[in-house]
Amino acid sequence: MLSGPRIALSLALAAAAIASVMSRSVPPSMAQSADARFSNPARFMAPTGEGLYADICQGCHMPEGVGAVGAGAYPALAGNPKLASAAYPLALVINGRNGMPPFGDLLTDQQVAAVVNYVRTHFGNQFADDVTAADAKAARP
Amino acid sequence: MSDAHAAGMRRRDLLALIGTAAGGAAMYRAMTSLAESTYAGPIKLDGDPKGASVLILGAGLAGMAAALELRKAGYRVQVLEFSNRAGGRCWTLRGGDTYTELGGATQHCGFDPGLYLNPGPWRIPYHHHALLDYCSRLEVALEPFIQVNTNAWLHSRTAFGGKPQRYRHVQADFTGYICELLAKATSQRKLDEAVTREDQEILLQALRGLGALDQNYAYRANFGSSNRRGFEKDPGGGVAAAPTPSEPLGLSDLLKSGLWQNLFPGANYEFQTTLFQPVGGMDMIARAFTREVADLIRFNAKVKAIRQDARQVSVVYEDTADPGKPLTATADWCLCTIPLSILSQIEVTVGAPMQNAINAVPYSPALKVGLQFKRRFWEQDEGIYGGISYTDQPIRLIGYPCTGYGAAGKAVLLGAYTIFSVYAYEFTSLSPAERVAKAVADGARIHPQYNEEFENGIAVAWHRNPAVLGCSGSWTDAARKQHYDNLCALDGRILLAGEHASYLPGWQEGALLSSLDAIGRLHRRVLAG
Repeated sequence: MLSGPRIALSLALAAAAIASVMSRSVPPSMAQSADARFSNPARFMAPTGEGLYADICQGCHMPEGVGAVGAGAYPALAGNPKLASAAYPLALVINGRNGMPPFGDLLTDQQVAAVVNYVRTHFGNQFADDVTAADAKAARP
Repeated sequence: MSDAHAAGMRRRDLLALIGTAAGGAAMYRAMTSLAESTYAGPIKLDGDPKGASVLILGAGLAGMAAALELRKAGYRVQVLEFSNRAGGRCWTLRGGDTYTELGGATQHCGFDPGLYLNPGPWRIPYHHHALLDYCSRLEVALEPFIQVNTNAWLHSRTAFGGKPQRYRHVQADFTGYICELLAKATSQRKLDEAVTREDQEILLQALRGLGALDQNYAYRANFGSSNRRGFEKDPGGGVAAAPTPSEPLGLSDLLKSGLWQNLFPGANYEFQTTLFQPVGGMDMIARAFTREVADLIRFNAKVKAIRQDARQVSVVYEDTADPGKPLTATADWCLCTIPLSILSQIEVTVGAPMQNAINAVPYSPALKVGLQFKRRFWEQDEGIYGGISYTDQPIRLIGYPCTGYGAAGKAVLLGAYTIFSVYAYEFTSLSPAERVAKAVADGARIHPQYNEEFENGIAVAWHRNPAVLGCSGSWTDAARKQHYDNLCALDGRILLAGEHASYLPGWQEGALLSSLDAIGRLHRRVLAG
């Protein structure tokens, strides 16, 4: 069992190997920067809930979670009582629902938890019961 | 995180990276495996429907084709359409057009007269027989769409120092080296188990031709390989006109670059020559249908509920210009072509199997950006006439106009097209101006002339399109197995059509074939009384 720094090094080497072989991904260290967006074609790289919301969710749910209405609607996340039970947004982010695509394969457990926690504590939502990466993992099908 | 987990992610990332090459062709699943159209000629709806009425929801291609054919067959037809125009995703943006996306951002298209962007469908394969038949019947002029231009660029940010490589160099060298290696394996008797000696002799000759190998079955710099990849100095006329052969790329560099992945889309059935585009813009098809059936269409109608009982269908809708006052349209039958992204939010009186099917299909992200330039620098400076350059940058490709070659003056190219991808979502989350700026920044790494020649651009991210809420239905194999037949069934008085009700997702042909199939079944049901 490797210790922390060794794991980070081995991941960095693995990622660098991918980068040099396929020339498409960036080492994890670069993903910590503000430019997580557009850094990896295979998955989202933003490490924080705020970054993930900005890179993914606001495309439909809009900045500030206000939602949108056209021929159909994107629900507002702002002040949305359905977010009271964390299991609901966890399931939606991982599996999608109706027209909403699933994002489970494009996010790590940490990222799923981060974006769910972000949405439940912003836009007028104040649900204090944070979820963890383990909760996200347990919510996967 | 353990090493085993890291190894798993590495493999998955690797496979996903292969799949996301060049617009994601390898991840299209059913889209590539079953792209052949089953059109059997113009639909014949013989027999008297005795004035039966049909309410069609949606005036895209599925809705308008149904309206055209059903009216011809003697039905009374009404169409309700959400937008203020017909055609749905069959759409073209021109100078002077205004487009407001969900969220309220409005773009004013600044293209010069005669220039355009097709933000939805881009090209028509020769085997999309229904669409081509309607183009012929409705007199929509077509011209060739260039899918493969071997003089275009293949680019990766980290391969060859970020220097774009010619498609023809990558194609010839990739093929040449593979043939050399296989010829070597054959000569070393390594294929004795798989191929008879007699066939091995034929194979060697075939490899020599395919790979432009020399008399030693090697791929080297010579006139033979230059005849595939191009010369260092092209043949000329007069004094000092002899060509000189070019040097192939190194095999290891070529393999590591991953650029060879961009060779695959053009080889797929759906993208094989000959492809077409309508002259003057894809919406020429929409305009042609609209000419035929505009009198049947009520525009600015937002459907709120689709109800049926033993007697009739009644659809509750509102006028988007005067919302809040429910209106009702009734008919004997209803053909609903509303995208499932929207239909899954509408109250529909159908059984659980169809409702579950409607709810089973997420909509894919997609992004297209059109950019206007002061001159056709790709032609004038680089000899690229039509076709596509590929890049691993988020824009994924640059599509050069397949019309007006050699014209002086301004021109529009497709500056970005990404679909089904992480990048598509990320583009959608930007403002229109940011999307255009990103398309210019990425494209400038392939064409430095961008910085001097760029004038204006327009960006369409399909999840922000108010009428579709996504690009197209994204079926999984499991979802099709469970739900597809239920989606297409006649449920009482209601049935569905559209690209989502086809095995050609995202293609106009899928919309047409699903519509023709639906109205054929509806007609048989009506005649049965």
